[in-house]
Amino acid sequence: MILEMSYDITGGDFAAAGEAATKIKRALKQIGVDAQTTRRAAIIAYEAEMNIIIHAYRGTLQARVSPEGIEILAEDEGPGIPDIELAMQEGYSTAPEKIREMGFGAGMGLPNMKKFSDEFHITSEVGKGTRVRAVVSSSTALIMNGSEV
Amino acid sequence: MRCMKLRDVAGRLGLKAVAGDGGGTGDDALDREVSGGYVSDLLSDVMAHACEGAIWVTTQAHQNIVAVAVLTGLAGVIIAGGVKPGDETLKKAQEEGIPLFVSDLPSFEVVGRLYTLGLRGGARPCQGA
Repeated sequence: MILEMSYDITGGDFAAAGEAATKIKRALKQIGVDAQTTRRAAIIAYEAEMNIIIHAYRGTLQARVSPEGIEILAEDEGPGIPDIELAMQEGYSTAPEKIREMGFGAGMGLPNMKKFSDEFHITSEVGKGTRVRAVVSSSTALIMNGSEV
Repeated sequence: MRCMKLRDVAGRLGLKAVAGDGGGTGDDALDREVSGGYVSDLLSDVMAHACEGAIWVTTQAHQNIVAVAVLTGLAGVIIAGGVKPGDETLKKAQEEGIPLFVSDLPSFEVVGRLYTLGLRGGARPCQGA
């Protein structure tokens, strides 16, 4: 393990929204992770953080960096997701109107997390909470860099 | 595409930074190269599709736009449609060094002017300059 970060997230705390993801992005940049991998991990971390703030009571956002890649783990205590397949559909959202007016809750969070990760797992228990694990592997990061040049 | 500095883009549109211009700290954010543009009011959309170094046009003015700009690596944000950012947004932009501009023009007009300057959407890394 090269680096491990863990942040507590409070549901409804929009004032602090994005702070954990920003810290994770800065740390990845500092240790020299390439821009494309950092970007993908930052998007996943941000969407995970926002989901906890919008939907859950509290949770943690963790990032683990190893030679294999970057693992983002988000665990929350919250209402949980009754139908994960439905929640994964782009455009589907249960966010309240007030939050949608702020530009959140477009039903893009979970699909974006999946899109930008190489491994994506989500489990949820109604009335308890949700756990999301996403990995951006370093091998695809190298391939993506190659194709970008 | 010719690369333009944020300062020049803002100047050509007659916009003045309301926050995040570096405040004479030496790290002048207005000297950043603008790689292109993006317009959207959905934060996840911006995160997923805006290019690094782009200027973002939006009518959202709450403080969370700053985190999106930082995480996406945007050059700056133009808040369009005469929407005024609150103190929290200005403070956050100042802290994070994200230049914020305010325009009374609707988003469509702002984007049209940016396009006329030669800025485009999509991935166009700055060359030369």
